[in-house]
Amino acid sequence: MKTSVLLFTLISFTGIFSLQAQESNEAATILEKVDKNLSAQNRIFESSMTIHGRRTSRTITSKSRTRGEKEALTEYLSPASEAGTKMLKLENQLWIYTPSADRTIQISGHMLRQSVMGSDLSYEDMMDDRKLTEVYSAEVIARDTLRGERVVLLQLTARSSDVAYPVQKMWIDAEKFVPLRQEMYARSGQLLKRVDLFDVRRIQNRWFPMRMVYRDMLKTGGGTEFTVTSIAFDTLIPEHIFSKASLR
Amino acid sequence: MKRFLLKGILKDKGRSLLPVIVVSLGAMLTVFLYSWVKGVMGDSIEMSSNFDTGDVKVVTKAYSLQEGQYPNDLALLDVEQLLKKLKAEFPDMDWAPRIRFGALADFPDSLGETRAQGPVAGWAVDLLSKDSGEPERFNLPAAIVRGRMPEKRGEVLLAENLATRFDAGAGDTFTLFGTTMEGGFTFVNYTVSGTIRFGTTGLDRGAILMDLQDARAAFGMEDAAGEILGFLPVFHYDDRMAQEVVSRFDTLLESENSLLDQDPEYSPVMLTLGRQAGMAEMLVYAEAISGMLIFLFVLAMSIVLWNAGLLGGLRRYTEFGVRIALGEDKGHIYRSLLWEALMIGSIGSVVGTFVGVALVYIFHNIGFNFSALLQNASILMPGIVRPAITPAIYYIGFIPGVVSMLLGNALAGRGIYKRQTSRLFNELEV
Repeated sequence: MKTSVLLFTLISFTGIFSLQAQESNEAATILEKVDKNLSAQNRIFESSMTIHGRRTSRTITSKSRTRGEKEALTEYLSPASEAGTKMLKLENQLWIYTPSADRTIQISGHMLRQSVMGSDLSYEDMMDDRKLTEVYSAEVIARDTLRGERVVLLQLTARSSDVAYPVQKMWIDAEKFVPLRQEMYARSGQLLKRVDLFDVRRIQNRWFPMRMVYRDMLKTGGGTEFTVTSIAFDTLIPEHIFSKASLR
Repeated sequence: MKRFLLKGILKDKGRSLLPVIVVSLGAMLTVFLYSWVKGVMGDSIEMSSNFDTGDVKVVTKAYSLQEGQYPNDLALLDVEQLLKKLKAEFPDMDWAPRIRFGALADFPDSLGETRAQGPVAGWAVDLLSKDSGEPERFNLPAAIVRGRMPEKRGEVLLAENLATRFDAGAGDTFTLFGTTMEGGFTFVNYTVSGTIRFGTTGLDRGAILMDLQDARAAFGMEDAAGEILGFLPVFHYDDRMAQEVVSRFDTLLESENSLLDQDPEYSPVMLTLGRQAGMAEMLVYAEAISGMLIFLFVLAMSIVLWNAGLLGGLRRYTEFGVRIALGEDKGHIYRSLLWEALMIGSIGSVVGTFVGVALVYIFHNIGFNFSALLQNASILMPGIVRPAITPAIYYIGFIPGVVSMLLGNALAGRGIYKRQTSRLFNELEV
């Protein structure tokens, strides 16, 4: 009798541990698939960003080129007041050039947490292009449906301290492996931002969301709508683009 | 009797001079210290009014809820029209549109690259108009440490501490990087015309002052302003007067629909200084502290003068005894003592109040300069403090001067009724 109870307990614990290990593996696999869809060696895209302020809404269009996780150049195309302004990211540094003042200004420190052009995105949000698997460990916390799609809800916990959001929740399309919703939390558990992702399309053998709605939960306003109007992955970008000389 | 007593007081200086001097000194000190306490408290509130709150302030409803963040996206629009109405409705008041902002100041090296940068808290006020009262409100000519006042567009004043930290001075240029009213980027180059020090850490840490038109151009705020400050035509803030202005403004808004925004959130509202963040508590605190100090001082002076009256009365016991012996009615002696006290108290109070008021006027014009002591203060305190001129200075000295003198003598005079002629003869060794 005693032996059978012991055996049953052992089998139960082993089962629980193996189930946990399986879920952890599953979460890591899902995150890898998400990275595969969203990350690329090179990327060129044009986008429009509509900022719904409390009083007015305005749209800014831009063209961005990124290489890996560490280099990016964005040029603002319209409206006229912003046209010609460029932002360059090199490693962890960010420069902005504006033709109106003919100055290149480096943005650093706490300024990186400020909003970009009154939007719900911060410079930090725009700069952090690292793969999720590099930064977070994941666990599956639920399975659900969102906007009619089957989703897996992952909780991501940052492995290092150099991240803007120590904890994230991500509702991932269970078939396309693209996040349909993201919630970013502070260490205290306060919800800081929410992103809803729409219009997932098949582009160059990957799934990619073409429209994102950002909400800074600490701000009043109607959120920021970010729409990718055209995108090309893994195309050749000349070396000189990612240098300070290209700002002027 | 009264004329006889007055003659006695005026001619018998040995009896009246000392009490009159004591009462005069007491009344004078009371007047001056009352005025001083009111002045210190009033000047602190006045400084907040000049720099931050105005005596009244017009903002949008939405702006008023987030005022500490300078939300210029919620600023007032059609400001010229609103100003015209305000000036017509309240011609005695001074109205000043302002823009408060937070931005990043970036100082370039010789190659135009970022050499130093830091956040700044800015005031955009009318610096260049000839009839503007703003430079005086900020006490700018006296606050300039290096350089000069801005004389043309594109010139700004920078806090001396900030300039030292960035190794910048008059003539240097920098780029201000901020956000427009609509949320866009703004990068504008400015020249430092001079550096300023207000004497309070809070302001000197990162203040920048520029002309209103420069800020309007930089932040895309043509014919807009974050706030319009209104200043009452009195030296120190008067809450009742400010509340009257607010209720008249509310009536004006009801009759002038053109001043209202389609969205009530962006319609103008007027707030008194006392209704702005932290100021209600400050007003209550200032009232309580000044009231307590004045009460304690008047009480102390009253005790001193009461004691003087008491001693004066007691000194004259022998005289009262002789007068009783000569057949004078005790009630008549007591009444004459009180009349004398009233006359001495009144003469002393008039003289003391006159001298006190004269001193108040003199020091109100000169002021006491405490700037050196306030260099590390983190709250808004004026560097130069002046005694306040209020209606109360003309009567406050009479409280200890007349009332206490009268009370002291009344108390001392009670002895008249206990006076025995036989004891008097004993005292006089007859």
